[in-house]
Amino acid sequence: MTEAATPPPDASFHSSEEAVARLKKRRSAETRLKLYGMIAIGLAALALVALLWNIVARTMNAATEHYIAIEAQIEPDEDDFLKVVKKSARASFPYVSGRTGKRELYGLFSDGAADDMRRAQEAGTLETGEAVPMRFLVSDTADLYMRGEFGALESQESAGGLTITEDGKKFVLRAQDKAFIDAVGRAKAGLAREADSLRQQAARQIAGITVQQARLDSVTGLEREDMLAQIDGFRKTRDRLEGQASALDALITGSGDTRLELTDRMASFFVMVNGGILKLTEVSADTALAVPLVPLDSADPVAGGAWTLRILDRPEVGRPVKDQQVAILETLQREGRIEEVANWKFFSLSDSTQPEIAGIKGALIGSLWTMLVTFSLAFPIGVMAAIYLEEFAPKNRFTDFIEVNINNLAAVPSIVFGLLGLAVFLNFFGVPRSSPLAGGLVLALMTLPTVIIAARAAIRAVPPSIRWAAMGIGASKTQTVFHHVLPLAMPGILTGTIIGMAQALGETAPLLMIGMVAFITAVPEGITDSATVLPVQVFNWANASERAFDMRTAAAIAVLLAFLVVMNAIAIILRKRFERRW
Amino acid sequence: MKSRNILALAATVAFAATTANARDEIRIVGSSTVFPFSTAVAEQFGKKTDFETPIVEATGSGGGLKLFCAGVGAEHPDIANASRRIKLKEFNLCKDNGVTEIIEVKIGFDGIVIGNAIDSPSFDLTREDIYKALASEVSQYGRLTKNTFKTWDEVNPSLPAQPIEVLGPPPTSGTRDAFEELAIHEGAREAGLDKKEARKVVIRDDGAYIESGENDNLIVSKLEADPAKLGVFGFSFLDQNADRIKGSKVDGVEPTFDNIASGEYPVSRSLWFYVKKAHIGVIPGIEDFMAEFVDEDAIGEDGYAVEKGLIPLEDDERDMFLSSIENQTVMTGEEGLK
Repeated sequence: MTEAATPPPDASFHSSEEAVARLKKRRSAETRLKLYGMIAIGLAALALVALLWNIVARTMNAATEHYIAIEAQIEPDEDDFLKVVKKSARASFPYVSGRTGKRELYGLFSDGAADDMRRAQEAGTLETGEAVPMRFLVSDTADLYMRGEFGALESQESAGGLTITEDGKKFVLRAQDKAFIDAVGRAKAGLAREADSLRQQAARQIAGITVQQARLDSVTGLEREDMLAQIDGFRKTRDRLEGQASALDALITGSGDTRLELTDRMASFFVMVNGGILKLTEVSADTALAVPLVPLDSADPVAGGAWTLRILDRPEVGRPVKDQQVAILETLQREGRIEEVANWKFFSLSDSTQPEIAGIKGALIGSLWTMLVTFSLAFPIGVMAAIYLEEFAPKNRFTDFIEVNINNLAAVPSIVFGLLGLAVFLNFFGVPRSSPLAGGLVLALMTLPTVIIAARAAIRAVPPSIRWAAMGIGASKTQTVFHHVLPLAMPGILTGTIIGMAQALGETAPLLMIGMVAFITAVPEGITDSATVLPVQVFNWANASERAFDMRTAAAIAVLLAFLVVMNAIAIILRKRFERRW
Repeated sequence: MKSRNILALAATVAFAATTANARDEIRIVGSSTVFPFSTAVAEQFGKKTDFETPIVEATGSGGGLKLFCAGVGAEHPDIANASRRIKLKEFNLCKDNGVTEIIEVKIGFDGIVIGNAIDSPSFDLTREDIYKALASEVSQYGRLTKNTFKTWDEVNPSLPAQPIEVLGPPPTSGTRDAFEELAIHEGAREAGLDKKEARKVVIRDDGAYIESGENDNLIVSKLEADPAKLGVFGFSFLDQNADRIKGSKVDGVEPTFDNIASGEYPVSRSLWFYVKKAHIGVIPGIEDFMAEFVDEDAIGEDGYAVEKGLIPLEDDERDMFLSSIENQTVMTGEEGLK
């Protein structure tokens, strides 16, 4: 067969108009592809930044804690420090009285204050005496208030003066220039909202009556009686709601001279004057009735500018921090007796049900032990299995079968490994429940397939010439593998292992079954002690109802990420040491 | 050789597994509703006494009692928390596995709240409304038909014209069980079903009831973000987030601390814990732990568990359980368990 000589390419083939158009199309396709790639990377980067920002911003709140500096009376052989805290609180704020008031006062202090003293006593550094200057850790609600979680205290300076008259336990305040007019307005707006909501409910009753009356003709017997009763019920509710709404209306439209009673469903109004804090209970445009929360130095009249009206918009009933507590905290703040310091406790304490003294130490050490067990099992077994399968095993149906199963195993949901761990390790071998040993065993099983697959790929990637060269100078198969192939494959194996370990580090599901998802305050001293791990700590805190756990959850996530980064860093360092180029 | 060292370490690890089994800390399993109270007591107990702090696992009431009833011995838990009373079936399982002596203690109540965002319209529901809105089949004057109600005002004309969308816990949750039993089944009774029929009523699965996981915090933040939805969650979450969400009235009663404590609020359940008597004296500290749990400081009116949202018992009821702890009175099976 003779081959026809290919005709010389048409000179116009690459320069014709069509060719130029084709070229342009190809180039623009390439540009588009590059653009898509950049968009994809941009989106991924954005997501990462958003995630990190979210965590870091919340973690910052947990980075510090607040202390109140007051004096404590401590006996040399004191053993009930909770009592010391209460006694010191009473001594420092003698004006707080009544059961509720005292409870609110104690509520400012954390049990952690007592723990601090106990620890100091154990360390032999606790000062004793009648009036020892001490720093008391604040409770979670006080801490959240200091961070502005319940709204900031608005401040209204007034140009007019204020006269104060004592009237029994209360004070009558008279302000010039109708200084309270804004307070009255706000209180009335609150009432109007309440009246509005009542009217809406009443309107729904009326709608109900209309609907049911229209249906009334189409039903008979029992059903009709039921419906009539229902309509009657709607009427009664409507009348009640409308009555309540009109009562509120009367208050709102009442003249400016009558004093409006303030309830805990309205914003709180404080007057700061003469070194004390008063809380308004009744208010009109220029006069108000107030109770002292922090006593005044004197009841002298003050000029404009020397007193302020402060408003906390959120009603007292809707926030955990109460007015008395706000007043005490504001006073302390003014006197500079609240300190904000770095929260090292977060790393030196373990889990607690009180957010302000909950720390990460137990979970961190638990994770460390668990990962140690996981690594020391998954790594050697995984690598050995990979070496055998790649270098020694004959290629037959049996090894194919094993290979398929290893790949399948990598896709098994992690909770299944937990069930396996419960049945085999806990129930059969009697491994202690909740121990890092049990957790590590289960996680090693989960990590194994990843390690094997990665190690096999790495071993396969070592050029055959290395093996031939080694064997050529008389090395045995074992020597070839361990002296030449394995060191060269090590970087790839380590990468695979770290991926598997990172996955294991973040698991909670398999640990649920073997009792590591638990409240454990002790720091594990070995692999058979009870322990939890970092992701479990995150899970438990995210479930807690206390709001202060929110920022600690973020902080725990930050620690988990840091743990991961450290683990990766170690892998990279090792990889760099082993890395060889050819 | 490196890998040989690692292998040796692995062998040591594996060997360590077979040793050590004695236990000096109390182990508690069970309800995730009781969990926050149980852990608070455990923490105080650990601080006040020389015993180790007990380990508390949240396994759910059913899962906890199953573990608890698996047998006597250090490998089995000592105490089970439950957000409902032990069932006869579970009591018998215990008996079959040799757990014959169980001390039963009631610690208080928990209210289940149906709430929405603070600025949304207030709901004034009856249990019949809840049943009609959320059951998969509703009865209307004897006819049982598929639930086709789409909005609240179709259920009851005096309710807001808002689509029925309720976020709530999944079937694995004790809160869900209690909500079904106390709100929906009771509502079905009020709607005219007999006891047997009412018990068969299930929650609808056409998207009106949205399963939102066991995490009540998540439900709270979803309610805040979506003012048109209602949510079902525990009272302590309402208590902690009173500035964001509010509870709906049920049968005209608001879900407040006092109303739940007095039993006026209808959707509330009792919380319990169960102690294996055979473990007392074997595992150190159980007696003291029980005493701490019913102490005035813990579940009394101003107790720390109550501050966490537990609704306390009446004094005379608490005294009753105090004496049953002191005398270590065990259950007989004659308590009328279901």
